[in-house]
Amino acid sequence: MTLRELSYREAINEALVEEMERDEHVILIGEDVAGAPQSDDPDMLDAWGGVLGVTKGLVGRFGKSRVLDTPITESAIIGAATGAAATGLRPVAELMFSSFVGVCLDQVANQAAKMRYMFGGKARIPLTIRTTIGAGIGAAAQHSDSNYSLFTHYPGLKCVVPSNPADAKGLLKSAIRDDDPIIFFENKVLYDTKGPVPDGEHLVPLGQGRIALEGSDVTIVALSRMVLVALEAAEQLAHEGIRAEVIDPRTISPLDETLILESVKKTERIVVVDEDNPRCSMATDIIALVATKAFDHLDAPPAMVTAPHSPVPFSPPLEKFYVPSADQIVSAVRAML
Amino acid sequence: MTIDSVKVAAQLAGLSRQQLLSMYEQMRTIRTFEDKLHELFAAGDIPGFVHLSAGQEAVPVGVMAALAADDFITSTHRGHGHCIAKGVDLNSMLAEIYGRTTGICKGKGGSMHIADIDKGMLGANGIVGAGLPLGVGAALSAKVRSSGQVCVCFFSDGASNQGTFHEAINMASIWDLPCLFICENNKYAESTSTDYSMRVENIADRAAAYNIPGIVVDGQSMIDVYRVATEAVERARSGAGPSLIEAKTYRYYGHFEGDAMTYRTEEEVNHFHERDPLTVFAEQFAPQAEISPQDLLDIDQQIERRIQEAVEFAHSSPLPQSEECLTDVYVNYKSE
Repeated sequence: MTLRELSYREAINEALVEEMERDEHVILIGEDVAGAPQSDDPDMLDAWGGVLGVTKGLVGRFGKSRVLDTPITESAIIGAATGAAATGLRPVAELMFSSFVGVCLDQVANQAAKMRYMFGGKARIPLTIRTTIGAGIGAAAQHSDSNYSLFTHYPGLKCVVPSNPADAKGLLKSAIRDDDPIIFFENKVLYDTKGPVPDGEHLVPLGQGRIALEGSDVTIVALSRMVLVALEAAEQLAHEGIRAEVIDPRTISPLDETLILESVKKTERIVVVDEDNPRCSMATDIIALVATKAFDHLDAPPAMVTAPHSPVPFSPPLEKFYVPSADQIVSAVRAML
Repeated sequence: MTIDSVKVAAQLAGLSRQQLLSMYEQMRTIRTFEDKLHELFAAGDIPGFVHLSAGQEAVPVGVMAALAADDFITSTHRGHGHCIAKGVDLNSMLAEIYGRTTGICKGKGGSMHIADIDKGMLGANGIVGAGLPLGVGAALSAKVRSSGQVCVCFFSDGASNQGTFHEAINMASIWDLPCLFICENNKYAESTSTDYSMRVENIADRAAAYNIPGIVVDGQSMIDVYRVATEAVERARSGAGPSLIEAKTYRYYGHFEGDAMTYRTEEEVNHFHERDPLTVFAEQFAPQAEISPQDLLDIDQQIERRIQEAVEFAHSSPLPQSEECLTDVYVNYKSE
């Protein structure tokens, strides 16, 4: 298999291009996904390709009828994408920042997530909602949440948190082809990170985590960008002779429970690293999983390294304090050995 | 054609005797269905709660007569009439309201979530105003697929004060989507009158904000509703975009069954009963189409039996097993 170096942004763009080429029912709908819908000049029309440039070039390739720039109207974006999904399309809707879910949560949680169930299994909602998470670029409290646990809570939704370009591409392609509503969380701090992506058709199944680094002394489960931070911590720990196993669940609904439990049975220790706030989070969820299903295997109390119970602050030193660091992970591991 | 027959045809909006009989039958079905539910609910026979649409029959029947079978609708918490007029099976509807496995949604949705996607009925909805964006999506889907279908979003005066009303109509208007926004203005959002909840006289006046047609119609006359809906459907199908139609109507029962209805005057209630949609049809339109009182009575009796059969079907259907709670959450549970 040939590998190419692609950025996380390029990998996502490539997944969208491939799936739109493959299936004419795939459409893109969101704010500024092209960038100047009032224009017929091809260069101006594709002015932005999304505020973070992820959908650049798509309107030129697929036209305005499939790459739909919307007004600022999140309820209508998610609602229309859900209605379109129920009636024959396979929409990819963009919710620019996951913090914006406050203005469209009804359409996500009461409509898209519940339709199939409420209608006795007769509806299919093949909807992918791409959205961004993550602190680290000074976007402050209303543009930086990592609130994926909120969506994971809702039965009917699937949640995807890719940490690298290859997974971002392979999981987005799987998400678009899946017949259930999926929230695809892109960490905006990762857009410029590069990594090898397999050539040709590359699909990553939903619900299968991966071992990012094998080890035997402690299991570190990390999500999204925190996988990179956990790998950095593992490298520091290796200098001390501690071999950490880093698990990247990749999707949190469904969650690859087996992968996590098997790793804990081997290492007998677990640290969960989560950029979300600590209460009712994926960190508490994964620790509850381990406490209820692998308690007897634990040699130390489980630990979590998370953001504090505060909104994401703006000022750079405060924001740096907010995001979990490799040093915090190293300390947590040392404390349990 | 004589001058008189041309005039009659115009008054009947070009509908044939057979079509009119069928539309009357739908109105009578809705009325009998709702009256029966009122009775069954009072007797403690039905779990949960129901919102009845008796009094509003002319709107769904008039609108649906203007649609093709594969067109879409989205509905509201007061959705039984929309379902019946769209052709959803009565047995399956009643069984759903009874929470039985034979219900259209296997008993998982109940009255507020009846849906039949195969018939273009995209769901009643427990959230006021939530159906509008979904309907815009169905219209978008029709446009992208060039299918020629239209979508009707039914909603209420209450929903017209929700943000989704604005977002949905704005999106449909800027994209010229094949969509109809049909407001069933029954004067009350739960207990709150439109006299209190808005400063414009007509909800249709709000169409000006989207530069689309805004039409007020007598919601007690199925023929008038049919006439304006037909024009709006033609406009939508031709690619000219959506319309907002406000049908002035009234619900006879409370917001939900059990509501003491202490917020309306007897005078007002009586006024609307005098404009009952079935009576309006029987007195003003039936004679012109040579439909006799006996023709209507025959239909009434036949519907009475049909509803009774549906009640018996629901009653005799099994309740679901606990395991059913866990199915139908996802299409695919396992990774591919």
